[in-house]
Amino acid sequence: MTVLAERPVTHEHEHEHHEGPSGLLKWLTSTDHKLIGMNYMVTSLVMFFLAGIMALLLRTQLSSPNSSFLSFQQYNALFTMHGSLMLYLFAGPFAFGGLANYILPLQVGAPDMAFPRLNALSYWLYLGGSITMLLGFLVAGGAAAYGWVAYAPLSSVQFSPGSAPDLWILGIALTGFSAIFTGVNLVTTTFYLRAPGMTMFRLPIFTWNMLVTAILILIAFPILTAAMVLLFADRHFGTHIYSTAGGGSPVLYQNLFWFFGHPEVYILALPYFGIVSDVIPVFSKKPLFGYKGMIFATMSIAALSTGVWAHHMFTTGVVLLPFFSLLSLLIAVPTGIKFFNWIGTMWRGQLTFTTPMLFCIGFLFAFLMGGLTGVMLASPPIDFATHDTYFVVAHFHQVLFGTAVYAGFAGLYYWYPKFFGRMYREWMGKWHFWLLTIGFWLTFIPQYVLGLWGMPRRVASYPANLGWRSLNVASTIGAYVIGISFVFLLVNLWVSWRKPVPAGDNPWDAHTLEWFATSPPVHHNFEKLPPIRSERPVWDYHHPDALTIEHSGAHSNGNGHGHLTDAGAGAGAGSSGDKA
Amino acid sequence: MRIEALFLLGVAVFFGLVGIAYWFLAYEQGGTMMLVGTTLLGLVPGSYYLWWSQRMKPRPEDRTDATMADGAGVIGSFPSSSIWPFVLGMGLFLMVLSMVFGLWLIAPGATLVISAVIGVTVESRRGGTI
Repeated sequence: MTVLAERPVTHEHEHEHHEGPSGLLKWLTSTDHKLIGMNYMVTSLVMFFLAGIMALLLRTQLSSPNSSFLSFQQYNALFTMHGSLMLYLFAGPFAFGGLANYILPLQVGAPDMAFPRLNALSYWLYLGGSITMLLGFLVAGGAAAYGWVAYAPLSSVQFSPGSAPDLWILGIALTGFSAIFTGVNLVTTTFYLRAPGMTMFRLPIFTWNMLVTAILILIAFPILTAAMVLLFADRHFGTHIYSTAGGGSPVLYQNLFWFFGHPEVYILALPYFGIVSDVIPVFSKKPLFGYKGMIFATMSIAALSTGVWAHHMFTTGVVLLPFFSLLSLLIAVPTGIKFFNWIGTMWRGQLTFTTPMLFCIGFLFAFLMGGLTGVMLASPPIDFATHDTYFVVAHFHQVLFGTAVYAGFAGLYYWYPKFFGRMYREWMGKWHFWLLTIGFWLTFIPQYVLGLWGMPRRVASYPANLGWRSLNVASTIGAYVIGISFVFLLVNLWVSWRKPVPAGDNPWDAHTLEWFATSPPVHHNFEKLPPIRSERPVWDYHHPDALTIEHSGAHSNGNGHGHLTDAGAGAGAGSSGDKA
Repeated sequence: MRIEALFLLGVAVFFGLVGIAYWFLAYEQGGTMMLVGTTLLGLVPGSYYLWWSQRMKPRPEDRTDATMADGAGVIGSFPSSSIWPFVLGMGLFLMVLSMVFGLWLIAPGATLVISAVIGVTVESRRGGTI
């Protein structure tokens, strides 16, 4: 049934009775953003664990020289599917389909996403696309084996015969449409369904980052989907768009792919920056340092990231090196601003090292290392020397592990009480963090060294006389430690499911609107809303005596900046007006 | 509305400038066309929003001093459950699989897609049930 959602005004607002289907039919028919978000999260975590198991198989193969644990074809198929699952089916959908779908309407005070049925469709397309891609393992010849980038001559029907590459291409096309629909939904929800008083410059940083990410999705994913359709046409309909034989250009594929591919890296990073920007202030008991600076840094990262696609193509020799190198180096500036703001938020705060906070700090170190090596790779002389070596592999994994895993699981732990109304076990979360951290650094630091020694990526075997064995063994041990750390996550979820500890609506004394709803939120989310007078309305509501900082001032056009207003009788407990 | 408009126009201005610079530095058609497309992506909705923002009163969510009472009333119509997104999604899934496993899959796929399109339209008209 269609429900006309009304804005709740008073405390006495009658809890609207939602009678709908239950069980399997509920799962199939629900258009509730919370259920769809949960579906997305569960599916993408399944993809994450599948891809993680593939990574362990790859590392097992590499732990000894001339290993015959996997055949070369199996190795190629596994690293292709590891990358594809992690990038297309885990890191992106977990953020913009899972966490954002669940949290963003709550953070802006909306009853649901703007287009609930489109939202449901995008989940089913994502599920269909995931199954399509995984079906590649079941057809003759094994899964696609051309790397997650599917470069043109290699992905042609001549060099990649069989139906698994077709399934891969079609799976990407389906998930591409699903991402576009989610992007439309996120932008419209942020523009049209905010609660009264929730101006653009009072939105939580997570919502801001999701808005910018959604714009990036709308820029990048149509191009990916188009590139995949053209690739399919090249394989089956006799076109020669990417083959030199018929007058086409393989570099065109690289241009199209990386015009998607580089924004994609930031589609995978910005939501996670948003999570970190929401978590660190809560556990520092301070407002975010440099709120507007954070927003403009996000926008500049997103803008620059779309202008740097060809820095993945330096060694093709047909791209404009200075242009792409300059823009790539410039990205370090807004990213640096973000780092200073995160550290500035923690500076002199009352830090509590809960699991989400630990994961955020782990993110800061991992992303710093990955980011700095990224600055090195933006310089063509270094890139020419290290291109397609394990140096790039280590850089890329440190960036994406920092964002999608560290910050992603920070978000999962942080919002877990909101999702289920119960707490996870803190000690197991800490074990998860420390094992993950040990494993993470042990896996990827040796890969930097291996890369500088010249070990190429995407090789299934290496000779024994090069001295690469011990570092590869270290890297493999690290990978298994990472694998073990996730056992703690699964046991944690299982224990909290079997023996629930109630969490309450706002266990963290948090800032943003989702913590004003019940845990888990009711149908159409809010029975009442607090007055929204700053970017942390829930904190203001629970601490009426404290000093508050209004970023938007008293003007309706939002031009005011950083007014310090005394909302009550002087500074109360936990006062944090030291920002101004 | 105004900040939303400026946000989208900012996308257009930035990629317009990068596009011009890129064309005169690289003379490469593929990238330039993609930058032109990105410019239009910001320009078209952004100018529409700007046009409206100058003709409408600020909405409660645009005003820093708005209270919950200012935004009271019906927000919109939200279908709370519908089978048609699932039917449409599975129809498209089957049609995609038909390109690999045989064109006969188009028959069930297209049936599902067409029935979902009809179903979702009828549902919207009569106010919707599952």
